[in-house]
Amino acid sequence: MKSRESLPSWYELPIGGISRPNITPESKAGWRFEKPVIDNEKCIRCRLCFLYCPDAAIVESDEKYTTKTGKTYNVSYKINYYFCKGCGICAEECPVKAITMVPEV
Amino acid sequence: MTQVYKSKSLATLSSNKAVAKAVGQLDVDVIAAYPITPQTTIVEELAQMVANGEVKAQYIHVESEHSALSAVVGASIAGARTFTATSSQGLELMHEILHITSGLRLPVVMAVPTRALSAPISIWNDHSDIMNARDTGWIIYFVSSAQEAYDTVIQAYRLAEDREVLLPTIVSYDGFLMSHTYEPVVIESSEDVIEFSPKTWKGYIEEGAVAIGTLASPDYYYEFKYQQVEAMKNALRKAEIIDRDFYKKFGRKNGLVETYRTEDSEIDLLVTGSIWSSLKLAIDKARSNGLRIGGLRLRLYRPLPIDEIEKILAGKEVLVVIDKAISYGLRVAGPLANEIYTNLQSPVKIKSVVAGIGQRTITNEDLYKVILHVYKNKDSPGFTKHTLFYGVRGVELDS
Amino acid sequence: MTVNIRIPRTVWDLPREDYFVGGHNLCAGCTAGTIVRNLLKVAGPNTIVVNATGCLEVSTSLFPFTSWKVPWIHIAFENAAAVASGVEAAIKVLKEKGKIDPNKKINIIAIGGDGGTFDIGLQALSGMLERGHNVLYVVYDNEAYMNTGIQRSGATPYKAWTTTTPVGTIMRGEWRDKKDIIGIALAHKVPYIATANPAFLLDMDKKFAKALQIDGPSLIHVLMACTTGWRFDPKLGIKISKLAVETAVWVNLEYNYGKLEVTTPVPKRKHVREYLKLQGRYSHLTEEEINDIQERINRKVEEINRAVGKEVIGPLA
Repeated sequence: MKSRESLPSWYELPIGGISRPNITPESKAGWRFEKPVIDNEKCIRCRLCFLYCPDAAIVESDEKYTTKTGKTYNVSYKINYYFCKGCGICAEECPVKAITMVPEV
Repeated sequence: MTQVYKSKSLATLSSNKAVAKAVGQLDVDVIAAYPITPQTTIVEELAQMVANGEVKAQYIHVESEHSALSAVVGASIAGARTFTATSSQGLELMHEILHITSGLRLPVVMAVPTRALSAPISIWNDHSDIMNARDTGWIIYFVSSAQEAYDTVIQAYRLAEDREVLLPTIVSYDGFLMSHTYEPVVIESSEDVIEFSPKTWKGYIEEGAVAIGTLASPDYYYEFKYQQVEAMKNALRKAEIIDRDFYKKFGRKNGLVETYRTEDSEIDLLVTGSIWSSLKLAIDKARSNGLRIGGLRLRLYRPLPIDEIEKILAGKEVLVVIDKAISYGLRVAGPLANEIYTNLQSPVKIKSVVAGIGQRTITNEDLYKVILHVYKNKDSPGFTKHTLFYGVRGVELDS
Repeated sequence: MTVNIRIPRTVWDLPREDYFVGGHNLCAGCTAGTIVRNLLKVAGPNTIVVNATGCLEVSTSLFPFTSWKVPWIHIAFENAAAVASGVEAAIKVLKEKGKIDPNKKINIIAIGGDGGTFDIGLQALSGMLERGHNVLYVVYDNEAYMNTGIQRSGATPYKAWTTTTPVGTIMRGEWRDKKDIIGIALAHKVPYIATANPAFLLDMDKKFAKALQIDGPSLIHVLMACTTGWRFDPKLGIKISKLAVETAVWVNLEYNYGKLEVTTPVPKRKHVREYLKLQGRYSHLTEEEINDIQERINRKVEEINRAVGKEVIGPLA
C-alpha cells in the first residue's frame, strides 16, 4: 500500500477521474478460504466453469492435453489465483466434479 | 426555408431567440430539452431549425430536465457539441447532474432564463434558481441584453471547450424581462461564428476504452476537485481573452464587469442582468442632483472576476449589491452581497439590498430611491449590518 | 471495422476474450460478474456501456482501476437510460456528419440494477423505450438495494426478508408482489423484451445477441442471485438461479415484436420449497407461508401457459 503522499499530484492525474483499463488491480487471493483445483484428467472441456466464473479467473488456453486414457483435448483450463476469490461456483457447477475446493490453510 | 446567415444582418429578437440563433449557427450535434417557462421558446425555435434542416442535430425529447442534462452529458462524452436550456424548477431537478457535468469536465452549454422558485409557484423572474447553481462548478455568465445573450453563447462554446478549461457553461439572463422582450440584435455570418468557436471537443470515447465516472477514494477525490479549482482560474483568464478576440472579430466588447460613471463615484451599485439599464437612468438622475454615484454590472458570475471589481472599487466609500435572491437566515441575505463581502479585499462598506423577488417591479425610480436612502444613511451606525428588503410591503425604507 | 453480432449456437461460439475482466470488488460468488462477462463476450469490443449507480458500478470502477475493456460511463443512479439515449443520439449524428465511420456498428448497452431500473430509474427508462433509442437495457435484478445493504426495492419478492422489510413480531418480510417490469416494457411496444438467467448461459447469451441485432430499444431482465443479500453460500449462485427456473419462480421468456415465447420450458416443476430453503432471506417462512407462495406461483404458471397457448410450464412433480 502506497502512502497518500507518494500518489500523483492533481496536475499529474487525468481530469475528471477518468481511468484506463491498463492498470492491474490488487490481487483478490486474500479473499479466499478455499481454492479451486482443476483435475485436467477428469475435465471434459465443457467450458461451463470458464463461462460461469464471475471473476474471469479461469484461464482457457490452446494448450493440448492428453489424458492417461489417451484422449486428447485442444484446450486446457487453469485457475488465475491472482483474481480467484474462492467462491466455489466452478466446483459446484462442474458436471463431472473435476474441480475440488482445497482449504487455503 | 434554410436560413444560413451569409453575412452580418440585423434582427429583432428576444434573448431566448437570440440564444437559439447562436446555437443554430454553432453546429450543435445534440440538443435535449424539456419545456419550462420561460425557457421554452428557445427549444421551440431550435426544434423548428432542426425540422427545417437548418441545424443538423439530434433533438432528444426527454421526459424531464434531469434526463435532459443526463442525455447531453452522455452525448458530450461521446464527442458531441451539446445544448440544453432550462429555468427554475427544471434547474433544480438537474441539480444532481450539474455537479456531475462539471466533475466530468464536459463542455456542455446551457441557457438559463432565470425564474423564481416554488413555493408558492411563480413563473416570474428572480435569481433564486441560478444562485442555487453557483457552487456546482459551472461557468456562469449573466447577460443583460439580447445582443449579449447572442454574443455570449458564441463565446461560451469556445470557453467551455478550451483544453485548459473544459467546464460546462451556463448563459443566464432574466426570465420574461429578457427572455420574452424583443431588441435589435446583430447576427453574424454563420461562417464567422463557427470560425470564432470551432468545434474542438472530441469527447472521451474516441481516445480508446476509458472508464468515465469512476469511484474515487479519499486518496484521490480531493485532487479531482482541486483540478476544478484550477480550471476555474483558467476560465477567468480565458474568458477575458475570448472577449477581447470577440471584440477584434465582431467589434462588440462585453467585458466581464461593465462600469458606468465609476471614474469619480463615491457610492457604487453592483447589479446583474436586465436591471442594468434602469440603474444607468437612476445614476444619471442622481448625478444631475450632484450625487457621485456609479454602477457596476457583473457579466461573468463564475468564476467571479473579483480582482477587476477590486480595482474598480479602489478608494470608493460604499458598494450597494442588489440581489434578486435571498439566502435565508443570514443577516446579510443577498447571495451576491455575501460573496462580495467575503472575497473583496477592500475597506469599501458593503450594503446588501434585495429587490425584484418574484419579478416585483424595480424601476429606475425605485433604484433612485435606494440611492437616496444609501446616501442619507451610509454613515449611521450599523447601516451595512442588515440587508434592505426593498419593495416588500410592511418594510419601510427608512426604518 | 464492422462487427455484426452473431447469435451463439453453442457455448463454443462465445469468444475467449473478455471485455469485463477479473480483479473487481464484487462479492465472491456474485453472479453479476457472470452476467456482465457473458454480455460483453456477446457484444464485443465495439460497445459502450452506461452503468447506473449500484453494486456493479462501485465494484468495478475504483480509480485508477477499471474492470471494463470497453468504454464505460457512470453518471448517476436514476439516469442510465437517459445517458444512453444521449450517447446513442451523439453516435447517430456524428456518423451522419462523418465524424464516426457510418459503417461501424457500435452497441450501446445500459446496465442497471433493480433499484436503478424498477424504482428510481423507471422514468428515464420509459423515456428511452418510448423514444425508440437503439439501446439494449439490461437490468440485473438481485431483488433489493444490495449496494446500500439489502433494502427493499420494487423488485423485492413476496415474503422476502430485507433490512427494511424485516421479520418482526407483526410483519413478516415483504408483503407485496414484485413489480412487473416486463409488463411495463411491453406497454412501450418495444421490439425485443426478454427475461434471462445466468444458469441458462446460452439462452441468456442468445437473448443478448438478438437484442443487439435489433435496431431499436430492447430490455432484458436478468435474475441475479445475490449471495450477500439472499443469504446463501457463495458457491450456490448458479444453482439457485437454476432452481428459480425449475420451480417457475422465474420464467425465461422473450417477446419478439410482442410475440411471447417461453425459451426454457419446464415439463415438471419442482416445489418452490427447493428454491426457498437455500436462502436465508426466506428462513422465517412457515409451511403455510411456503404454500401461499406456491399457490401464487401456480396461478402465475397458469397465466403464462394461457398466454403461450400451450403448457410450457408443467405441473408440480
